[in-house]
Amino acid sequence: MSEAAISGSNSTLVDDWSADKQAYHVPWGKAMMWIFLVSDTFIFTCFLTGYLHVRLSTTEPWPLQSEIFALSFGGDPIPLILIALMTFILITSSGTMALAVNFGYRRDKVKTFWFMVATAALGASFVGMQVFEWSKLILEEGVRPWTNPFGATQFGSVFFMITGFHGLHVTVGVIYLLTVAFKVKNGHYDKKGYEIVEIAGLYWHFVDLVWVFIFAFFYLL
Amino acid sequence: MAYVPLADQDSEMEMHHPHSWVTKYVWSQDHKVIAIQYGGLAIAVGVVALVLSLLMRMQLGFPETFDLIDPSSYYQSVTMHGMIMVVYMLTALLLGGFGNYLIPLMCGARDMVFPFLNMLSVWVYALSVIILMSSFFVSGGPTGAGWTLYPPQTSMAGTPGHDMGIVLMLLSLAVFIVAFTMGGLNYVTTILQYRCRGLTMMRLPLTVWGIFIATILGLFAFPALLVSAIMMLFDILLGTSFFMPAVIESGTPLDHNGGSPILFQHLFWFFGHPEVYIVALPAFGLVSDVLSTHARKNIFGYRMMVWAIIAIGGLSFVVWAHHMYVSGMHPYFGFFFATTTLIIAVPTALKVYNWVLTLWEGDIRLNAPMYFAIGFIFTFIHGGLTGLFLGNVVIDLPLSDTYFVVAHFHMVMGVSPVLVIFAALYHWYPKVTGRMFHEGMAKAHFWITFLGTYAIYLPMHYLGFLGVPRRYYAMGSTDFIPESAQDLNAAITIAALIVGAAQILFFINIFWSLRNGKKAGPNPWGSASLEWQTPDTPPKHGNWGDELPTVYRWAYDYSVPGAHEDFIPQNVPESVEPTADEQHFDPDHDASKADT
Repeated sequence: MSEAAISGSNSTLVDDWSADKQAYHVPWGKAMMWIFLVSDTFIFTCFLTGYLHVRLSTTEPWPLQSEIFALSFGGDPIPLILIALMTFILITSSGTMALAVNFGYRRDKVKTFWFMVATAALGASFVGMQVFEWSKLILEEGVRPWTNPFGATQFGSVFFMITGFHGLHVTVGVIYLLTVAFKVKNGHYDKKGYEIVEIAGLYWHFVDLVWVFIFAFFYLL
Repeated sequence: MAYVPLADQDSEMEMHHPHSWVTKYVWSQDHKVIAIQYGGLAIAVGVVALVLSLLMRMQLGFPETFDLIDPSSYYQSVTMHGMIMVVYMLTALLLGGFGNYLIPLMCGARDMVFPFLNMLSVWVYALSVIILMSSFFVSGGPTGAGWTLYPPQTSMAGTPGHDMGIVLMLLSLAVFIVAFTMGGLNYVTTILQYRCRGLTMMRLPLTVWGIFIATILGLFAFPALLVSAIMMLFDILLGTSFFMPAVIESGTPLDHNGGSPILFQHLFWFFGHPEVYIVALPAFGLVSDVLSTHARKNIFGYRMMVWAIIAIGGLSFVVWAHHMYVSGMHPYFGFFFATTTLIIAVPTALKVYNWVLTLWEGDIRLNAPMYFAIGFIFTFIHGGLTGLFLGNVVIDLPLSDTYFVVAHFHMVMGVSPVLVIFAALYHWYPKVTGRMFHEGMAKAHFWITFLGTYAIYLPMHYLGFLGVPRRYYAMGSTDFIPESAQDLNAAITIAALIVGAAQILFFINIFWSLRNGKKAGPNPWGSASLEWQTPDTPPKHGNWGDELPTVYRWAYDYSVPGAHEDFIPQNVPESVEPTADEQHFDPDHDASKADT
């Protein structure tokens, strides 16, 4: 192996791609996860583009998100308070995930395990709040995919479709994280190495990043 | 982080060797078995689609004579023929079949990087085929909306299969995309990360390059189809209005409003146009290798061939709306999409010139695969030229939805890839089975198919200029179409029936030769690329015996001056034989950095 490849910093894109054996100096699983995430990005991009398009094509006025997604704790309703909390939780979970990755590479199994469990717990609480948000809209406000009392029917359709698809990603992520966490605890990766924690982390950060875009485009715009 | 490339951790590599018949042939994780499963299933559904097309031709050629199908089943045949051929046959066969078989062998790998996911891929594909085929047996039958599935007519009462058929179609597509993604991640990652020592990207055979870029296109384009399938399923099952505007059906307003049918067209064609190249690029790659091998010459302009594949792949994402000229768009957009469309002709023409120049002064061996490969150059030029007509907005508008369009896309993405598939099937048959096919039968198969193709599609161009519309069950009588057009239609049908029947020759040949073909030996064509250098033919599980190969040259060292034979395998060191490879890279001296 040449010096450039070992130090990493000096090896250029051209060097990597004109080398034999591999184009990236990473385990195959990490490369595969990256490619999958780019593909998944296209899915969410299509969802959001579709949403923006129907928002323009619909003949009825688009509802005010700040009023619909407001909660009152005794006093005046606070707009988007639940969504803000959910966003905060998800972004915090990215932090715990990053710590788990760090401890993974230090081969600190116990801390890796607990930080992964913490990440999964934060993810699960995000999904829990989503369930609360959904049930409030469905049961109290009467919002359905095909109709809603606030105006354009596409509002309900887009809401359930996009947050549902994202919630599915978070749920899958929680299961994935817990699976990896328990394998870490049992020493499954002592020989193979702990890249898997980082790979799971890539997926988790991606799900967080997607939420930022959903938050911006659907709730704020 | 001490991390060892896959090609260097060979000794520790664990292979899951099969222990029973079931794990060897059914739930197999061997890429070669998976390739045959993928290919076999794809060819089987392809036959279904072929039969559907013959039913349509019989109706069109002899409208009063055969009473095989009614207008509804005609539309269902159009739809299923198109969707099966494009997605379930061509995509699955070229990427799932050839991709699986050739990528690990050509990269000098033992298998795909993630064999288990690869196995899942083929079985999920099988599930999608079952869902699709089950739509023939539900009430109302399969959807008859045309393979483009444009709303709102997909789910309106007048369209056959508007209730169950379309739902199963969309479901099946979604499942197919999951299968494709699982396979596609494997193909891309294997090519990037699991090449053997000395094998740089610029030494890969063009087959691998074609499949590589096509798979990337698939991973980026299928999401658009997935999203449109999900949205349309919601429209149909939940009553949402993503694609459904306010519609009045037989005097009753439907429960939809404010949706955008144009949104579906954009999403569909954002998938649909790259899909053309998902099919075409692997075919470009395969045909390059067949031509080079049988012309005993290196492929002309290898680097430019690679860059052309990449350029076509990139451009294919910015041309999609040329399928929507008649849907109406701002003239500036029409201008943009016409320009990008015509720019694709540059790298494509470059490839065609290079194929022809590969043949130039070659020591051409006219084996059956070479027949099909040269036939492809003809049909592809033909289909490509009509593409220049249709890429222009003003010429497209009158020709849209006529038989000219049918002739164009069948020449360019129907017949051309199919000819390459036959070329490739015959070319690699000896490696897959260890036996030679019957040469005479294969050549008869070629001549009937190739000449028949022209008998079918050349007249269709003319019908299109006359203004004969496509997707019509029967023409009836019109002022602008002369009655002689019907004679052409009948002639086309006869040619189609002959070509259809001739495919039986292919099946007889491959099954007969399994037992009766003469032993092929490891490298019957004298091919330089890596898959012909395996220790066993057919290759065993793990492909390479005890040690992975080392590559010292590109895959096209044919007729090199001073060499002992007219080909030099990729794994022969430069110290033993000279090379024509422009890139000097010696894996024994510098393992990770190319000397440029």
